[in-house]
Amino acid sequence: MTENRGRVRQNITALWTLVTKEYIRIVRIWIQTLVPPAITMSLYFVIFGNLIGRRIGEMDGFGYMQFIAPGLIMMSVITNAYGNVVSSFFGAKFARHIEEMLVSPMPASLILLGHVAGGVIRGLLVGLLVTLIALFFTDLRPEHPFVTISVVFLTAVVFALAGLINAIFARKFDDISIIPTFVLTPLTYLGGVFYSISLLPDFWQRVSLANPVLYMVNAFRYGILGVSDIPIDYAYLIIGVFIVSLYSFALLLLKRGVGIRE
Amino acid sequence: MRALQIRGLTKVYDNGMQALKGIDLDVEEGEFCALLGPNGAGKTTTIGILTSLVNKTAGSVQIFGHDIDRDLTLAKSCLGLVPQEINLNLFEKVFNIVVTQGGYYGIPHHLAMERAEKYLTQLQLWDRRDEVARSLSGGMKRRLMIARALVHEPRLLILDEPTAGVDIEIRRSMWSFLRQINAEGTTIILTTHYLEEAENLCRHVAIIDEGTIIENDRMSRVLRKLSVETLVLNLDRDLQEPPRLPGYEIRMVDSSTIEVDVQSNRGINELFADLTRQDLRVVSMRNKANRLEELFLNIVDNKPAASRGAS
Repeated sequence: MTENRGRVRQNITALWTLVTKEYIRIVRIWIQTLVPPAITMSLYFVIFGNLIGRRIGEMDGFGYMQFIAPGLIMMSVITNAYGNVVSSFFGAKFARHIEEMLVSPMPASLILLGHVAGGVIRGLLVGLLVTLIALFFTDLRPEHPFVTISVVFLTAVVFALAGLINAIFARKFDDISIIPTFVLTPLTYLGGVFYSISLLPDFWQRVSLANPVLYMVNAFRYGILGVSDIPIDYAYLIIGVFIVSLYSFALLLLKRGVGIRE
Repeated sequence: MRALQIRGLTKVYDNGMQALKGIDLDVEEGEFCALLGPNGAGKTTTIGILTSLVNKTAGSVQIFGHDIDRDLTLAKSCLGLVPQEINLNLFEKVFNIVVTQGGYYGIPHHLAMERAEKYLTQLQLWDRRDEVARSLSGGMKRRLMIARALVHEPRLLILDEPTAGVDIEIRRSMWSFLRQINAEGTTIILTTHYLEEAENLCRHVAIIDEGTIIENDRMSRVLRKLSVETLVLNLDRDLQEPPRLPGYEIRMVDSSTIEVDVQSNRGINELFADLTRQDLRVVSMRNKANRLEELFLNIVDNKPAASRGAS
């Protein structure tokens, strides 16, 4: 009993150490982690929202700037949650200081949770920053605060897990940019960030429904604006299925030592 | 208590290369053990398995009685590793590297900070604590890896070539530090290519070659197996040809220096007596090569051809 309690205390310390280290890394290199998404999203708001958006008019009953704001926030959360884990874990693998964790008694589940927490922290920090920038351009008052917070948090978890799996398999730096460039970016751009799928022909609407990012973006938009192209229950279900599947797969890979042990 | 017990440890890599062929090895608590072998012999693979950086193919490993298959967490808690390759986060500050490693072992933050100060001071790195690791010299990085490995005060410390590329002064200060922590109770396993280092520090030696342990005994007993020692003698006068002493093989190095092969069953006193009878005075004497080095080369080179071709 005492031994178990001691081990739990040790694990809490180990997890806290890893999460703190990840947080410090994000803040220390803020010019790489926090500033670029803030600048990119500001440009989106100015060009798409302000200049082009005026000509587009309303979408689902909202001004175009207001319509795209939740999608842009979500887009920055997704790319940063993913990018943080993939770069931090692969960097540690490449420089071999991941061995600091592997030789320690930290269980694989804590290594996983610590890195995912790092991804979620960066995703949410950037999301908050982009929200503050959005407030300069439009009015955002969450219609459903619980949905807003839960969806953004869970989505960050999904993409942090996906980033970890990418980093586990990656052998060279090219491998950590292929998925974000060829999978993540298209899915995000086609995930209803800039438009409602009701504008698409039937066939493309059905194709869009196969894109998981669509559910996450729409659930978040529902949380803020109260409108969505899809039922919110489906969004939670899909996010839940992704979290369970990706978590189980990542844990299995870490336990087997894929990509990190010989 | 046994610090380490290895039984039938086997490793076959994905490319089919058999790095370990069922080795057995015991290291007693408090021991200072050298694990020697030529490049590619299986030393680093063995250490990799002990530290769970390499998955074993077969066999068992117990660290202070904890089996790495059944109780890896406790086994790992007993173990500290100083790897062969520099594996530091080069962008992290020296102090943070040590404290963070303590955290991974579940050491409370305040205690990890105290220990970081203690070991960084002992290893003469305290003045560099706020610098990032990449600014350190090679020797400093190696000492930092030792401090990092000690922050959880492991009962068994494994050092994989810790003094590679380190200058002699720092190497000697590292030796003195390792002797001190061994005297305080830490069991140490050391791999090194400097056999003088192994002979100076270690009381036990295991020699591994082509995935097999070919020697495993007390250092003193192993050295006794050296059947011939070559001594280099400086004489007080020049010679035209090597002196003729029955039972010794003698070669001239230069006009006043000779090399003498002395069988271990004949004492050095006898050699001196024979030289004195020929009116030759020895001014100084040294071993041609380190004794362990000679023995190591004898053992590794004289293995039967059949066992060499086994892999």
